[in-house]
Amino acid sequence: MITFDKVTKVYPDGTRAVDGLSLDLPTGKITVFVGPSGCGKTTSLRMINRMIEPTSGTIGIDGRPTSSLDPVTLRRGIGYVIQSGGLFAHRTVLENIATVPLLLGWGKAKAYGAARELIERMGLDASLTSKYPAQLSGGQQQRVGVARALAADPPVMLMDEPFSAVDPQVREQLQDEFLRLQAELGKTIVFVTHDIDEATKLGDQVAVLRVGGTLAQLAPPADLLADPVDDFVADFIGRDRGYRALAFVAAPALPIQPEATVELGATREQVAAVAAGAPWVLVVEDGAPVGWVAPERLGATVGRDDLHRGGTVARVGGSLRAALDAALSSPSRRGVLADDDGRLVGTVSATDVLTEIERDETGPPS
Amino acid sequence: MNLVWAWLADPAHWQGTGGIPARIAEHLLYSALVLVLAAAVAVPLGLWIGHTGRGRVVVVNVVNGMRSVPTLGLLYVSVLVLAPRLRGDWAFLTPAIIVLFLLAMPPILAGAYAGVAEVDPGVRDAARGMGMSGLEVLWGVEIPCALPLIFSGLRSATLQVIATATVAASVSVGGLGRFLIDGLAARDYGQMAGGALLIGLVALAVDGVFALVQRVAVSPGLRPARPLKTHEAIPAS
Ligand SMILES: Nc1ncnc2c1ncn2[C@@H]1O[C@H](COP(=O)(O)OP(=O)(O)OP(=O)(O)O)[C@@H](O)[C@H]1O
Ligand SMILES: [Mg+2]
Repeated sequence: MITFDKVTKVYPDGTRAVDGLSLDLPTGKITVFVGPSGCGKTTSLRMINRMIEPTSGTIGIDGRPTSSLDPVTLRRGIGYVIQSGGLFAHRTVLENIATVPLLLGWGKAKAYGAARELIERMGLDASLTSKYPAQLSGGQQQRVGVARALAADPPVMLMDEPFSAVDPQVREQLQDEFLRLQAELGKTIVFVTHDIDEATKLGDQVAVLRVGGTLAQLAPPADLLADPVDDFVADFIGRDRGYRALAFVAAPALPIQPEATVELGATREQVAAVAAGAPWVLVVEDGAPVGWVAPERLGATVGRDDLHRGGTVARVGGSLRAALDAALSSPSRRGVLADDDGRLVGTVSATDVLTEIERDETGPPS
Repeated sequence: MNLVWAWLADPAHWQGTGGIPARIAEHLLYSALVLVLAAAVAVPLGLWIGHTGRGRVVVVNVVNGMRSVPTLGLLYVSVLVLAPRLRGDWAFLTPAIIVLFLLAMPPILAGAYAGVAEVDPGVRDAARGMGMSGLEVLWGVEIPCALPLIFSGLRSATLQVIATATVAASVSVGGLGRFLIDGLAARDYGQMAGGALLIGLVALAVDGVFALVQRVAVSPGLRPARPLKTHEAIPAS
């Protein structure tokens, strides 16, 4: 556990970046610092590994005040990932990742062994091992940055906007990988972002800071969305929060309807027979839903080009948000549900999902 | 051209203490001496200033000031001042070395300083944040990343020193400059042009050696390096 106890940072120029911050960051959990620019997220993060010294107050790791530890030793036991990646241009991917193990004196064989293992674990291609950072894509660089921070298996990881320099699609991939990795590793993670969606997606708990460096609210994501403490937090988490909060509510047993389907490659006649006048028919391939087709706009057979792919597929037992999104994004307005292996289970209408939301007597999650 | 060729091809010019090989050796010796001295001072100084960020303004002014000092004038002044106090060869060699040293300092200092100062702040921050000590950051990150610019500084200093070591001859020290001075005195244009040609060739050859060393010393991850422009001043802010 990391504890902030009345931590204040006033920079030499008089800027009060962090003001009386007290909070606990539980072991094995992800705590996200979020807030508008200049609210002291980075300053708070960097005080943990003493890259910045607090003006007053104490930060403790497992009960030991960090001020009692040698900064270099302290930092070698804490993973550190920054937005720009900070990879060493003159070292290969392998050498970059092995940095801390080598600093710790593990010896080359063991350090590079650990680095190789992480390359695999991070889903990086083995061919990247001997490449230099300049030869990598932005997403690959961030993965290497995370791998480098993990190399010596530190119990604590500090991550300052690690995914904000990559495009949204890559970012989402990185976030998903990050969550998968954390499920295996169970590190104590402090994660800084200014993106509330990222905060609620990744955090076990989210600390919203306001400019001036005070804590506005500390809560698990679902609670934060459902019950912001004041106007500042409500404003910051923004619109759509009712909808986004549904992401944290597991869908109850929805009334799933069976759906008539055609196989990819079916003939125009087969589709017309299944459609029986309906404007959209669901197409499956080996049992997995692949898209919708409109019978009257079809050529001789159903090809991949005929598919309407706009609809999302929700997992049975996933969140209400996913189920509702599946229904709203489907051209037939019937949301496609699949099992964990991606095989079609049936469809659900937006109305049925909404009925479930309304039936949930607790209202929005709390 | 024929005169040059005739002068170069004459076997007599390739022998003895005044012969071409001996003059080349002298020239290289003076140049190397000066460069080693200048690098020994300017490289650590530049690295230190780049690493700590301290004393930057002083360096900017000193470097730019030194660049505007007229070489020949300084040479004659230092001969006048120093020659009476020194004996033998050193009486004339020392002023020449001082002048060349002052000439070599600015590019080397600027290269070493800029190389370290231009290391991405994020990279430096990551290095410290992972638990590298100040010296480990300097040795393990800043110097390797600064090498391309350090080499640029050294190479441009080397070219200037080899070209300017010629003036050493004008205060009656050896080196390839002698061919220019003696050739001028004797109106032997073949000798003059031949000497100039040799200076150019020596400069090219030495630069080539540097290029090879640089290829080996600089990480492939840093190529292609940004060349240091010859007259690039150290940014003041
Ligand atoms: N070295 C410094 N000297 C003086 N003031 C600073 C320094 N570093 C940060 N500040 C100020 O402290 C405040 C908090 O900065 P900090 O970098 O912690 O914010 P942040 O929440 O990380 O912002 P961002 O989202 O823009 O990264 C800001 O007002 C900033 O200008
Ligand atoms: Mg920040």
